[in-house]
Amino acid sequence: MAHSSRRDCPELPDFSLLKRLARDQLIYLLEQLPGKKDLFIEADLMSPLDRIANVSILKQHEVDKLYKVEYKPVVSTSDQLCFLIRPRIQTVKWICDVANADKAVGRFRRYKIIFTPQKFFACEAVLEEQGIFGEVTTDEWSFYLLPLDEDIISLELPEFFRDNFLAGDQRWVRTAGSALHLLHSLYGPFSKVYGIGRCSKMAYESWREQVEQGEQRAQQAEIGKVFLIDRDVDFVTPLCSQVVYEGLVDDIFRIKCGCVEFGPDVTSSDKSLKVMLNSQDKVFNEIRNEHFSNVFGFLSQKARNLQTAYDKRRVMDIKQMKTFVSEELKGLKQEHRLLSLHIGASESIMKKKTKQDFQELLKTEHSLLEGFEIRESISFLEEHISRQVSMMESLRLLCLLSITENGLLPKDYRSLKAQYLQSYGMDHLLTFANLKQLGLLVEQPTGETLTAMESKVGKLVNDKTAGKLTDAFSSLAKKSNFRALSRKLNLVPKSDEEYDLRVPRDMAYIFSGAYVPLSCKLVEQVLERDGWTGLEEVTRLLNGHEFAVTGSSGADSKSDAQRIILVMFLGGCTFSEISALRFLGRERGCKFIVVTTAITNSSRLIESLLGNRV
Amino acid sequence: MSFITANWNPLGEAFYRKSELYEMSWNLKDGLRDCLVSAAPYGGPIALLREPHRRSPSSRPQLEIYSASGVSIASFPWKSGPVVHLGWTVNDELLCIQEDGSVLIYDLFGSFKRHFSMGQEVVQSQVLEAKVFHSPYGTGVAIVTGSSRFILATNIDDLKLRRLPEVPGLQGKPACWVVLNQDRQTKVLLSNGPELYILDNTSCTVVCPPGLGPQAGSIVHMSVSFSYKYLALFTDSGHLWTGPSHLQDKMSEVDTKKSTPPKQMVWCRRPKSQQPSVVLMWERLLMVVGVCQDTIQFPIEDQCVLVGELDGVRIISSTNQELLQEVPLVCQDIFKIASMAPGALLLEAHREYEKSSQKADEYLREIKEQSMLGEAVRQCVDAAGHEYDTNTQKSLMRAASFGKCFLTDFSPDPFVSTCRELRVLNAVREISIGLPLTHTQFKQLTLQVLIDRLVYRQFYPLAIEMCRYLKIPDYQGVSRVLKHWASCKVQQKDLSDEAIARSVCVKVGDSPGVSYSHIAAKAYECGRTELAIKLLDFEARSGEQVPLLLKMKRSQLALSKAVESGDTDLVYTVVTYLKNEMNRGDFFMTLRNQPVALSLYRQFCKLQETETLKDLYNQDDDHQELANYYVTASYREKRLENRLSLLQSAVDEYNKAKNEFSAKATEEEMRLLRFQCKLDDEKGAGLLELSLQATMEALLALGLHKQAEQLYKDFRVPDKRYWWLKLKSLAEKEEWEELEKFSKSKKSPIGYLAFVEVCMKSNNKYEAKKYVSKVAPEQRVKAHLAVSDLEGAVNAAIERKNESEMGAVLSRCSASDRLLIDRLNRARPSTAKK
Repeated sequence: MAHSSRRDCPELPDFSLLKRLARDQLIYLLEQLPGKKDLFIEADLMSPLDRIANVSILKQHEVDKLYKVEYKPVVSTSDQLCFLIRPRIQTVKWICDVANADKAVGRFRRYKIIFTPQKFFACEAVLEEQGIFGEVTTDEWSFYLLPLDEDIISLELPEFFRDNFLAGDQRWVRTAGSALHLLHSLYGPFSKVYGIGRCSKMAYESWREQVEQGEQRAQQAEIGKVFLIDRDVDFVTPLCSQVVYEGLVDDIFRIKCGCVEFGPDVTSSDKSLKVMLNSQDKVFNEIRNEHFSNVFGFLSQKARNLQTAYDKRRVMDIKQMKTFVSEELKGLKQEHRLLSLHIGASESIMKKKTKQDFQELLKTEHSLLEGFEIRESISFLEEHISRQVSMMESLRLLCLLSITENGLLPKDYRSLKAQYLQSYGMDHLLTFANLKQLGLLVEQPTGETLTAMESKVGKLVNDKTAGKLTDAFSSLAKKSNFRALSRKLNLVPKSDEEYDLRVPRDMAYIFSGAYVPLSCKLVEQVLERDGWTGLEEVTRLLNGHEFAVTGSSGADSKSDAQRIILVMFLGGCTFSEISALRFLGRERGCKFIVVTTAITNSSRLIESLLGNRV
Repeated sequence: MSFITANWNPLGEAFYRKSELYEMSWNLKDGLRDCLVSAAPYGGPIALLREPHRRSPSSRPQLEIYSASGVSIASFPWKSGPVVHLGWTVNDELLCIQEDGSVLIYDLFGSFKRHFSMGQEVVQSQVLEAKVFHSPYGTGVAIVTGSSRFILATNIDDLKLRRLPEVPGLQGKPACWVVLNQDRQTKVLLSNGPELYILDNTSCTVVCPPGLGPQAGSIVHMSVSFSYKYLALFTDSGHLWTGPSHLQDKMSEVDTKKSTPPKQMVWCRRPKSQQPSVVLMWERLLMVVGVCQDTIQFPIEDQCVLVGELDGVRIISSTNQELLQEVPLVCQDIFKIASMAPGALLLEAHREYEKSSQKADEYLREIKEQSMLGEAVRQCVDAAGHEYDTNTQKSLMRAASFGKCFLTDFSPDPFVSTCRELRVLNAVREISIGLPLTHTQFKQLTLQVLIDRLVYRQFYPLAIEMCRYLKIPDYQGVSRVLKHWASCKVQQKDLSDEAIARSVCVKVGDSPGVSYSHIAAKAYECGRTELAIKLLDFEARSGEQVPLLLKMKRSQLALSKAVESGDTDLVYTVVTYLKNEMNRGDFFMTLRNQPVALSLYRQFCKLQETETLKDLYNQDDDHQELANYYVTASYREKRLENRLSLLQSAVDEYNKAKNEFSAKATEEEMRLLRFQCKLDDEKGAGLLELSLQATMEALLALGLHKQAEQLYKDFRVPDKRYWWLKLKSLAEKEEWEELEKFSKSKKSPIGYLAFVEVCMKSNNKYEAKKYVSKVAPEQRVKAHLAVSDLEGAVNAAIERKNESEMGAVLSRCSASDRLLIDRLNRARPSTAKK
């Protein structure tokens, strides 16, 4: 059932190079601190680090003990402490505390902080303020990109989303630019760069600057085109329930750094099991992009095939048996193991997702996307909230409602919020403030406020300071214009036609045929038109900031590299979007590489906006 | 041409030649008498201080700086203290070492750059003698003080003074001393009476040059070679001892038969020297003493100064300048009389060829027969490099070019590069430029440094021409020159800011690697702030502009440039700077106009200085954020009163922000908190921190129905929610009677299907059935199905005549329910007809 790709599909570039580069640099940095040392690793760097350098490599370079950064006093007895951290003030403060505590008891140690992917001045300012700037050495491990799979590269920076879009803190933009620069210098030159969104534009500019400052190397391009997109261009897609296998697994079990932990209910043993999910897993590779309704059929077919393969040995003579055991059996066993795992996972998913309420949830989502039966959806939501079905799901639906409807009616806005607060507590007042600021959950402007806003916009036109625009952003409440966009781009297929999920005809299959993800549709349209011409209305509805730039290299458009397209999501992307792009690639005979600041989904997105975190 | 060997003097196996470099263009009235003279190696500039010891303020001594060809560069009266020694650094800076131990540094043009001191003790004891020396670490200074102590500074750019150990028995200054560079250490070798000492950082060791007998007498003069590898010692009996500077060997000992010590003694050798020698100078005599014991003597008429070079000795007199060097081997081969070296033959062949003589062919044939033509060409090319006379260069190069024609696979590279280099060398040797570099020195100095030297001398056009001619990448060549030029240009006081900015822009344009901010920094250093700002405008990388703008106190501009650059670190640098520089109000106002900086600072404050955050919001009258801030703060507070007061502040701010909804929600939260607290105190219910819903749930679970009821009324909880809550809670506690009572209290706002479902969840079919009849007709089928009452479901479905409901029931029927299935099937067409 797996879709056969077109035969002329270009080969993907080899991204293991990125890992090698990162590993070599890390080893170099560790060797800068000769002698035995204890290494403290920031919790969310553990998994990415594991992909780059395992414990034995670290031990080879005189790392004695490994600790996770836990903001507690350290128990290490080593005279040299090395900290591998993200440039976060909180962590740096903790290191200061550690150093100052040592000082207080008259203990002398050497401290080295390795910031990844870069250090920020603010971190050094904290070191200085705490009076230990002279006592620690700092370094940068420019580990920007972690290849999660052959076509997925992640920056593993989940905070990018909140920092950039909510707090308006642009410090990660340069990081994104540097990541792009790294890709460009290894796999470029790019012949064309498209993008949409304020952050994309800034990242693009940061990258250009770095290109101009560095030396140019002429090389054979492996990646032809690049598309940059801000997450806030399309909030609808990540807020929808995922129904493609990989997305579902992520929604339910949470895939972390390309790896998922299946609990006892899946493994049907008493242990839970960590499984790498990528294209190496033959079974997974064939079902990851499938709509969930097809997965069981596929798995049972696969099981039958496996059985036949096993059965072959019944009619074998000794010699055949020997070759079977030595050559095929191992593969079959492996496949067997994977198959039983995925069947277990599917069962577990089935249990959760085929229940009545999930079906109703999906139905509500679809009607929100279509814009029908809004009142029913609202009462569904009310019940959802008052029955405390799920804190996150309720918020997600609220946001989806607000975006698709261009804001809630003031009456609904208040009552839904009030009910939510009653259910989940007052601290969500801050959550709502955050959601409002991002334009995820807003009130429909009444006539009066509209004119006020217009005058504000009028003022903005006169006042061209780029900065003021940001401020006005929140007040402009970023009208989502989803309905208009949906009509323009034909995002919601006509519901009266039957959609055969087994033979997807467009990207809508990833949402059961109910909705074509906006982000991927933009990619498709722009690539088709080789730019934004003809999409003026769309970009206007999306708040502009679009660009299309032809690279300096006059690469001939026929080469294979021109059919390798890198799509960079600033603020995260979902597995569903990746599946949609893979589908698009198969249709168009090209291949997409997804670079994202982090893999996201609706719960991660909402969690990052909860107000009760300090 | 045939007289090339005329100035050759044999010394042992080799020849020495003394050729004139320049007729000095200076006009010294009194010659070099009574002068402190210092000439830098590599054809460097010459500094001259007349009568350094004249101290009367009415007639100050004159300090003059000349190029190597005697062109005056600068001249000014010496106003500072008495100078003991002059020396040049590797960067063409003049070091003037004063008696009091202070060292003044001037540039080529005589402008003062900086000064440093050789230590406090020197002020008292005074400098008796000083030497400037060069090592891989840079330029160093060594002095011997009045209290007979040696003080060293190995690198004047990274000043670390080292006081060497005391020398036993030394009074005043030693008879003679030199600075040695051995094993990456700087040492001093000195002679005091009959003893010879080596002073290093920690010890003073007596050494004895091998083979120097006691009859030779005590050492009165010494000299170390350019490379610090060889040493020459002159004794009071007129013996000259030479050997490697580690003093473990002897090369030779020559009796000069001179009883007076020479005025100057300099090594004269070249890399791969055949016959190194030492040049000694007395009042009227110049003696070249070879290691082979041979000597050459030149009479001199005038006062001279010897300058040791890498490959020879320059002799500067008041009228002319000569270069004394060993004739390079390849030149000897070619020009030696009756030489049969291939190069010599080729030169001859070419000469005949020019005369159109057939002898050319004979010569060529001879070389070719020995298959030495390649070697011949190579010799000619090499020799041309070593020749100073342009005509000789030409004839050699022509010969090489001629020979090359008969070779098929001969690489033209050496030929071409020698041509180019010679052109450059000839250009800089011009009297107006005055850099008498030999080819060997040029190779050692490297082109980069030569360009730097031209730039120091402000020969910008020549430097640029050279870069272009030698096709040096712009980044290393032209751009560097332009950068220096522009830095120099901005110092011209007679031009207006406008004119300078324009001319800089026109010349520099977008040359790669020229940083306008660097030029602007220069302008600012010279006190031209306006010009600096103008120049900064040309800087393409806004990041580069920021540090200088901060330095110039244009902080607002710096902030906006930093924001423009998109580099948040830079923004943050400026913000931190502003925070310390400005008062709080102005600081906040500045931030307010720069949202990017503001949000960055806010982020920082959120983690580091929450109080500041409050002030920030206050300043902006951002009541909404302020209120949010109070709410956040209330969660960190443990005590109820504090919490309530913070929440009250939040309410006030929400009101100011016209956010009635949030204000009301916060007020309710306060009420809830008080209520929870009260109940916690009374009943120990543990309600604090719970949401309203959770509170009610907890109350119901505890059986505190009255209190729950009170909350329901006080907080105007929607009926539906309350009913759901109560329903679930009662079912969970299996209080079925209570539940039934509750169901009858009034008409259920959530319908009765919920009752059925909840009861079924508790697996109580009996109770569930009680409510089936109450369920609204449109849900009744579902209700029947929920309690697995198929018959009831069938009846209800048929009654409702609803196709889909019938279908739903049908799907639940098993084969044993034949009767029901039939009934349904019978009923179905009837609905279909309608």
